[in-house]
Amino acid sequence: MTLALPHAGTAPSVKRAVRRADRPARRAAFLLSLPLLAFLAIAFVVPIAALFTTAVDNPETRSVLPDTLRALAAEPSAAVPGEPVFAELAHDLARAGKARTAALLGKRLNYEIPGMRSIVMAGSRLAAASSQGPWRQKFCDSDPAWGDPALWAAIRRNGARLTPYYMLTAVDLQQTPSGGLAPVAPEQRIFLDILGRTLLVAATVTLLTLFLGYPVAYALTLAPPLLGAIMMLCILLPLWTSLLVRTTAWVVLLQSNGIINDLLIGMGLISKRLQLIFTRFGTVAAMTHIQLPFTILPIASVMRTIPVAQLRAARSLGAPPMSAFWRIYVPQTLPGVMAGCLITFILSLGYYITPALVGGPTDQMVSNFISVYINRDLNWGLASALGVVLLAVTLLIYGLFLRIVGADKLRLG
Amino acid sequence: MNAPHTLPAPPKPGSPEAIADATSFVRFERVRKSYDGIHFVVEDLNLAVRKGEFLTMLGPSGSGKTTSLMMLGGFEEPTFGHIFLGDEPVERLAPEKRNIGFVFQSYALFPHMTVAENVAFPLRYRGIKGTAAADKVAKALGMVHLGHLAARKPCQMSGGQQQRVALARALVFDPTLVLMDEPLGALDKQLREHMQVEIKQLQRMLGITMVYVTHDQSEALTMSDRIAVFNDGRVQQLAAPEMLYEQPANSFVAGFIGENNLMPATVDATEGGIATLTMGDGSRLQAPNPAGVAVGAKARLAIRPERFFIQVGDARGPLNILRGPITDMFYLGDHVRLSVAVGGDKPVVARIPVSQRRPFARGETVTLGCAVTDCRLLEG
Amino acid sequence: MLVLNRNFFLSLIASTAVFSASAAVADPTLSIMSFGGAYQSAQRKAVFDAFTAKTGDKVVEQEYGGEIAKIKAMVDSGNTTLDVIDVDAPTLQQGCDEGIFETLDWSKIGSQSEWLPGTSSECGVGTVVYATVLAYDAAKTKDGPTKITDLFDTQKFPGKRGLWKNPATNLEFALMADGVAPADVYKVLETPAGVDRAFKKLDTIKKDIVWWEAGAQAPQVLASGEVAMTTAWNGRIFNANKEGRQFKIVWDHEILDSDLWVIPKGAKHVDASLAFIKFAVEPQTLADMTKFIPYGPVRTTAAAFVQPDIATSLPTSPQNMTGAITLNNAFWGDKGDEIRKRFTTWLAQ
Repeated sequence: MTLALPHAGTAPSVKRAVRRADRPARRAAFLLSLPLLAFLAIAFVVPIAALFTTAVDNPETRSVLPDTLRALAAEPSAAVPGEPVFAELAHDLARAGKARTAALLGKRLNYEIPGMRSIVMAGSRLAAASSQGPWRQKFCDSDPAWGDPALWAAIRRNGARLTPYYMLTAVDLQQTPSGGLAPVAPEQRIFLDILGRTLLVAATVTLLTLFLGYPVAYALTLAPPLLGAIMMLCILLPLWTSLLVRTTAWVVLLQSNGIINDLLIGMGLISKRLQLIFTRFGTVAAMTHIQLPFTILPIASVMRTIPVAQLRAARSLGAPPMSAFWRIYVPQTLPGVMAGCLITFILSLGYYITPALVGGPTDQMVSNFISVYINRDLNWGLASALGVVLLAVTLLIYGLFLRIVGADKLRLG
Repeated sequence: MNAPHTLPAPPKPGSPEAIADATSFVRFERVRKSYDGIHFVVEDLNLAVRKGEFLTMLGPSGSGKTTSLMMLGGFEEPTFGHIFLGDEPVERLAPEKRNIGFVFQSYALFPHMTVAENVAFPLRYRGIKGTAAADKVAKALGMVHLGHLAARKPCQMSGGQQQRVALARALVFDPTLVLMDEPLGALDKQLREHMQVEIKQLQRMLGITMVYVTHDQSEALTMSDRIAVFNDGRVQQLAAPEMLYEQPANSFVAGFIGENNLMPATVDATEGGIATLTMGDGSRLQAPNPAGVAVGAKARLAIRPERFFIQVGDARGPLNILRGPITDMFYLGDHVRLSVAVGGDKPVVARIPVSQRRPFARGETVTLGCAVTDCRLLEG
Repeated sequence: MLVLNRNFFLSLIASTAVFSASAAVADPTLSIMSFGGAYQSAQRKAVFDAFTAKTGDKVVEQEYGGEIAKIKAMVDSGNTTLDVIDVDAPTLQQGCDEGIFETLDWSKIGSQSEWLPGTSSECGVGTVVYATVLAYDAAKTKDGPTKITDLFDTQKFPGKRGLWKNPATNLEFALMADGVAPADVYKVLETPAGVDRAFKKLDTIKKDIVWWEAGAQAPQVLASGEVAMTTAWNGRIFNANKEGRQFKIVWDHEILDSDLWVIPKGAKHVDASLAFIKFAVEPQTLADMTKFIPYGPVRTTAAAFVQPDIATSLPTSPQNMTGAITLNNAFWGDKGDEIRKRFTTWLAQ
């Protein structure tokens, strides 16, 4: 390749030539970053893609009742299908019983119609036990639910490859038989409430860490080196102990016969012991404590970059101390404030052990339900859907945030 | 052994008597500053700044000049002593109440504000709003030729431009006094020299009093009406640039301002203000003795390199003659710089204009002449 | 295209969850996973060590928190490294239904009829029975509660009550305290009116309830005086007393549940595993377990081997079984999610 000399005086072609000359270096830089990109793809992009697919994936009915679904398609208008469908159902369920897949179907249908788990399992045993029809008769005799149009509507609906069920449930909605959307029954409406309280607690904790942490960060920047190092150690120390230990420490502090109540009674400030533990207050106090370093560190590191001369200049120009602080110092710390608050807010969305141990009856957070649905109920569709909702809300807040303060305002130091 | 004083000592420069000056506008009186209570960064500072003058505090780093400026600006409090602004003692007054413009070494522009907002900042605290403020800002920016960049943020400007903004911001509210702390330190040589002239012109045009801190003597000589030379927390000499150069008060000033040959000598006799000296190699020279160094005392003879000439033939008039071989020489276009071993512990340096004589040869013995009035005897 | 299905998730988890388990390679070595803590240490003393001494087969122990997701991940990954797992009853039911556990050859274990009802299945062999019971601190309360109705009697027994933050056990206690016969509890709960009735009963003490989530919290809130009485798992109360507490269990209308041994699908040493399970549920082995932890043996024939002084503190002792019921895991499998959601909204009201 020959390098054509750019025509002197034409800036774009010079730029192009420079860019061309830089190309090998850029390519080398890209190659060097490949391992990280691959790591990000595996550790970040792929799981999130899996999260999204799991939230809408609907394989159970299709894999367990393939022949039933085919026969159902031949009777598109029947609320409760006829004998041919029931015969295929018996055939499918018998096979599923042998392959031990009936429970998958039962669990899936049970999400939409409580009790379906038992009905499907019983149906599978019935199909295995008898060799002969009439199947519709036999199924309906064993459990009248088989004659319920709602059951068959659910089976038809779940013949689809994808399902909106999990995503709708995660926002307290359901599909009506006519295909529209409606809120779920009032006593089943929990997830929007829980999402709301999760956001509220995260926001409260974020603001508290800011109010408590900002002066600390400022003191940290002003302190002489030795004192500063000791302060920094005290701030970082809690990070070296496990979350559980710190939470347990709060149990000791907050309980009715705990240190805080003893102190308040000892000082004569209260006569009746305060309920501090198992309240929202307990949750917020413990979470604020745990999150403080995450808010303080970015703020302090940004404060360190602000020269002393800034405040002096403001004073010399006529600004009283407080005014100089608010107009000159505080705006320059905003990037750190934003970064610290964002970190704390997002981390706070994921708490569930701390609210469980020191929180009140209404302090179950979204992540608590995600954990339960993953570990205990194996309802990964709903867990993923809740994860997607949480992710979407987080991204939305993050986006709004950048929109309001500007991406350049976010700095860690 | 101390010789008896034959002359009454003139008042020491910087002493309270010396600064009792009717035109003084800023006064430091016996100001001392210590951060730890043991070491004093500023020792007994007495200094008066006249109204409308450009006064430079010059000295090596650690000499106390910046601390003095900070005390005047209100960012440090004197440990002892008083600072007067006009007739008012201000050493306990908050900086925002002093109405002093301050230009910092780092400029200290507010990065989150535009240039115009930066310059308008001091106006809001003086109740100047709206068009009045806008006019003042435009005028101040016009003064520093930055009217067209008012909407920029500081980070979008060059160092020189930022410096001008800082200047405009310090001038816009018509301060009674402007302080500058090495404001040109971060600029390259050419720009620095250009700004020196510009700042000086502005100061003269506006007739404001400026106190300027620098460690760059050529900057100080270029800009100042008077220079206070600081060393070890004290003012060594306060004088106009020419005086400092021609009549340094002591060896430190003589060595710090410009280049100087400082040669150890002993005073043999002094008569009519002219002392006769014995040099290290036994030769005898003469020099004016304005400081009144006593007979028998150790002293230093100061001779500027450019005051030497090549002596040919007999000496006419009161001349000092030094002879020795050339140990080193550099051709510098307009002059030749010679090192001549005249017999002291160090060779003397002489600058001989090329118009006078060339070429020179290394090892050649030359005779250097120097008018007695161009020599100066200093306490050593 | 749904190429990324939940199997992908499972294998991701599996690769980390059972990474350490793959260390077990030597053939006669059995890899056994249980719940850790005092429970597993009792198993070690009474079962694992005795089994090794008797057969020479080594036991490598694993611990987990009862997460079925971990087991499913391992099985789905096609590399089952565990041989025997101690699971709770809901896990047994779910894993058995979904084919995560092997079907057992009962002829190699013993007569299934010797097991208490609901503590054995085609996949699992019951090992212990534990109970959710009402307990109080005798050091603080002299005349403590004696009946389950006292849990709901804030007149006679003022103070806060600790309850598990979960509808299971609480709805049952509420109905029994409201007069429903133990045998009819789940019949009533099957109906919407029955669930309403249980919640209504809980309403009467709602403002006095302190909810605990982790099993260790129950004795903690009792010890700290946060509550006057609490429901708790009987093993936790026993352990607290071993550490010097004077907690008393109210043996009235306890709710029993069991742990079971299972073999995960695809396990490598099925015969040795069956031999282990057979040994682990021998009447003498089960009776030995009770020396270390007060969980009742599930095999009726084991009762004769239990020391009489220990027998009194077991949930399966006849004098402790007044009004006892067994937690109906089939019911909670069917209705659990629905009722838990209602429970959550009820908490927030």
